[in-house]
Formats: sequence, structure tokens, C-alpha cells
Amino acid sequence: MITFDNVSKTFKRHKVLDGVSLSVQTGERVALVGSNGAGKTTLIRCLLGEYLHDGVVTVGGLDPKAHRKEVLARVGFVPQIPPPLRMPVGELVNFAAAVCGSDPARIVAVMRALGLDWDMVRSRPFVKLSGGMKQKTLIAMALGRDADLLIMDEPAANLDPEARHIFFGLLHQRKDDAVMLITSHRLDEVAALVNRVVELDQGKVSLDDRVADDVDMTARLDCTIRLTRAEAAFAKAMAEWGFVSEDDGLSWRGPVNGPDRLRFLGVLARYAGLVAGIEMK
Amino acid sequence: MNALLLTARLDIAESLRSRWFAFYSAVFGGIIVLLFVFGLTESRILGFTGLSRLLVTYIQLCVAILPVFILITTVRSVAGDREAGVFEYMLSLPVPLYAWFWGKMVGRFLVVFLPVFGAMALAALYAVVRGVGVDWPLFLVYTALLVSLAWAFLGIGMLISTLARSPDVAQTGAFLVWLTLLLFLDLILLGVMIRQQLPLEAIIAIAVANPLQSFRTAAILLFDPQMLVMGPAAYVILDSLGRGGYLAFAMIYPVALGTVAAGIGYHLFRRGDLP
Repeated sequence: MITFDNVSKTFKRHKVLDGVSLSVQTGERVALVGSNGAGKTTLIRCLLGEYLHDGVVTVGGLDPKAHRKEVLARVGFVPQIPPPLRMPVGELVNFAAAVCGSDPARIVAVMRALGLDWDMVRSRPFVKLSGGMKQKTLIAMALGRDADLLIMDEPAANLDPEARHIFFGLLHQRKDDAVMLITSHRLDEVAALVNRVVELDQGKVSLDDRVADDVDMTARLDCTIRLTRAEAAFAKAMAEWGFVSEDDGLSWRGPVNGPDRLRFLGVLARYAGLVAGIEMK
Repeated sequence: MNALLLTARLDIAESLRSRWFAFYSAVFGGIIVLLFVFGLTESRILGFTGLSRLLVTYIQLCVAILPVFILITTVRSVAGDREAGVFEYMLSLPVPLYAWFWGKMVGRFLVVFLPVFGAMALAALYAVVRGVGVDWPLFLVYTALLVSLAWAFLGIGMLISTLARSPDVAQTGAFLVWLTLLLFLDLILLGVMIRQQLPLEAIIAIAVANPLQSFRTAAILLFDPQMLVMGPAAYVILDSLGRGGYLAFAMIYPVALGTVAAGIGYHLFRRGDLP
């Protein structure tokens, strides 16, 4: 579905992409990882037809620059940094739905599913929303239409655990019919969402590997943690994950979204000296 | 609704919410109010009294401030949007590039023209209510001249926005363009050039090419057919083209200039990196 053939991009004699060749098929969920300046955003902008470049990029056989409308009608894009739009959310949703030939009600339904109070946000300027609200709005605009190419730059970074669970569920619904390109600085943020990992380093593909994962994207793991002693910092971290303790902080219990378990284990690693036992099922 | 109209509507709504628009409208509305307050309708110049006198003064003020307002606000918002990442997101939606660019141009034109025209129209309405005579042909000609001037500088502003990669560079470029055109008005550098006995053809060419000059000459031509208050270049141009010919030129040339400038801007926008 997507082909990058020897794609290079240079800014003022600085080569940001250097002969990138990739092919991504429907049903593939690709984590595009790499450090700052690795070329992730540039690669995505080439895919969106926003940059001139050397080499060939095609989506469904079409050049995104020459066939903007046809290609972008298939794309749901969530940028890492939300644009500072002053327009009210309702106006933004109506505009996006109109140019995409979608029904605003579908976008609103996804926003509501993600826990956003539509009646409250519709008349508020987009730029005045919190980070999480902006993220939910952009995700809803990407998923509230018939997009079969989802390009998401750190999409779940600002979402609370409940919204993340719903978001993963929405992605799961499309996992067989769409291509997902999810970028992140850190693999642990997105590893469980994807079945392929592509790492960029200084504009080149340094790793292209498959991911075997038995945990479903919509799964929720029931998790119990036992500590050697109660610790306030640990209690605070667990509260953020929605965990509760019934014995004054000695053991904690709560749900962890399947795709979030690596992140969760990363948090636990900071308190490894306190942990007496972990159970996830 | 097609994408061009949707983009125009979006741009109008964004502009109406912005502070610059409130300030811009207040300036032109304020000018009209001040002209009334200072009793300009009661004074007389070259045989003009009443609303015609007020309109003549208003149009002279417009030539001084309208172009710089249009240039600065256009380049700041367009180049600023690109720098802030608005283009990256909005152009990831399936909006054709022509619809985005020309939709912004049309929307912005309505936003910059309507307050200027609205202030003039309110003055005319007030005059009608007060029983003061309104010279409607003059009103219509001034409206057409304002359309031409606004379109010309909007086109130049869109071109500068496309060329400059940051709002600061765009703003500096816009200010320099305005300053250059202002300096080459008939009574400033052109007068000096004539005194230095530079070739007359070159001086006339500069004067004709300057949309500020064509607007100013045409506006004054209506109440001073002998061009007594104008400089020598305007007088020579008028002598060559005649009154009707010059008025037609002054209305058509700036529109053509603005369209060509915006057309070049669109071509560069389409052929370059978008965000």
C-alpha cells in the first residue's frame, strides 16, 4: 500500500533522509522510532505530500504530491504538536468533516467515546483546550472517517489510562483493514501497538523487524503488586495508573491496558528495590 | 460547499476572532468618526463640500495606511501559521492546494476590504439621514479604487508570505516593499529624480508601476482634474492617458498586479515544501 523507494530529503545541504526504502502493506502496524532528528517527521511529511524529495513515494500507487486529494482522503493524521488553532472545536470538526466528505457526527461520537464532553468543548477555541483534550480531538478527527492509512505521532502521549484503553480499542477495530504508522522517540511507548518496528538513524533505516505479540490490543491485564514496605512516591505513581491499595500501601491492584504493559513495567523498574512480587493476568 | 469556499469561510472566521481585525476595523471606523467630529463636512476644498470632502480626505488617509495594514497582517498570519504548524496539520486534510491558497486570499480580501468600505458606507448613510448630498458616482469610483488597492497589496502580501520562511522575515520584507512604494510616490523620490533630470520615460514607468501612485492620482483626479495638487509625474501620465483612460487604468492595473503577484506566490507554494 505504501512504498518509499530511495527517498532522500536535504535541507540546506543537511541530508535528513538518506535513501530510505520501505514497503508497508495493509494490516501492518509500524512503529517508526528514532531519536530527535532521525528523520521521522520528515518521512511522514513526504508521505503526506508536504515536502519535495528525491526518490519515489506512493500510496496505493499514487504520488501524494500529485494526487493530494485522493491520497489524503485515505489518511488520518495525528501530529505530535497540536496546531495552535484559534477556531472553536465545533468549527474545526465541521471543516475537517466537510473536506473529508465525512459526517461530523462520526467524529463527535469518537470524541465522546474518548471521554470528551462535546457540549463543553464545541464552542471553545481549540488552542485553549488542555493537551489531552487536543489529543483526543485530533484522534477523533483521524478515526471518525474512512481513513485506511493512520499516521500518528506519539498519539497516546497525553491520554489518561481510560482514554488510552478506548483509543487502543478503536485502533484494534481497524487493525486488519488499515496501515498504521505510529512514531515515537521510545519503542516502549508503542511496541505493544505494532507488529513491525522501523528505526531511523540519521536519515537511514537502521532496523526493520517484526514484533510477535500474544497480548491483544484491547486486552486489560489484572495486575497485583506486592511491596516490601509502603512508599509515598510509589503510591503517587500507582494512583496515576488508577491502582488502589487496601492494606496501607503494601499491595496494589489495578488494570493495565495490554499495549501499556511495557510502559507500566518501565515505571515499576524505578521501584525495583521495593517490589516483592508482581502478578499480571 | 466546495473546498475553496470552506477555506475562505474558515479564514474569515479566524480573522474576525483576531485582535488585529478589531484594531483594523476600529482604525478605519475611527477615522470616519474623527472626520465628522472635526467638521470636515462643513469645510470646503477646491469646491468640494459635504460628504465628498470627507470622502476625499478619507481616501487620502487610506492610501497611507491601508497598504501597510494589509501587508503586515497578511504576512504575519500566513507565515505565522506555517511556522506554528498550522499548515502541517491543515494541509494533511484533503484540501486541494488551489482551494487552500485562493480560499485564504478571497477570505482575507473580504476581511480587509469590508471594514474600509463599511466605514465609508456608514458615512454615506449618515449623510443621507442628515440630508447632506452624497455624490454617488464619486462613492462608486472610490469603492472600485479601494477594491483595486486592497487586492493589489493582498496579492503582494501572499507572495511575500510564500517567499519568506519565517514571520519576522516576511514582516520585514512587507515593510520594505511598502516603504519603497511610498518613497516612489510622485512628491517624494520621483520629484527628486525629475529635479536631477533623469530620463522622463523611466520616471513615468516607475510612477505607472506603483499601485500607490495610481490610486492616489486617480483619487485626486476626481476632484482636481488639472492635477494642481499633484506632482509632475502624475500630470504627465494623465496627459498621456486622459481622464477616463487613467481611471480605468487605476482600477484594472492594481487588480492585475495583485493577481499576478498572488499567482506567482501560488506557483511557488505549490512547487515548494508546504510547512
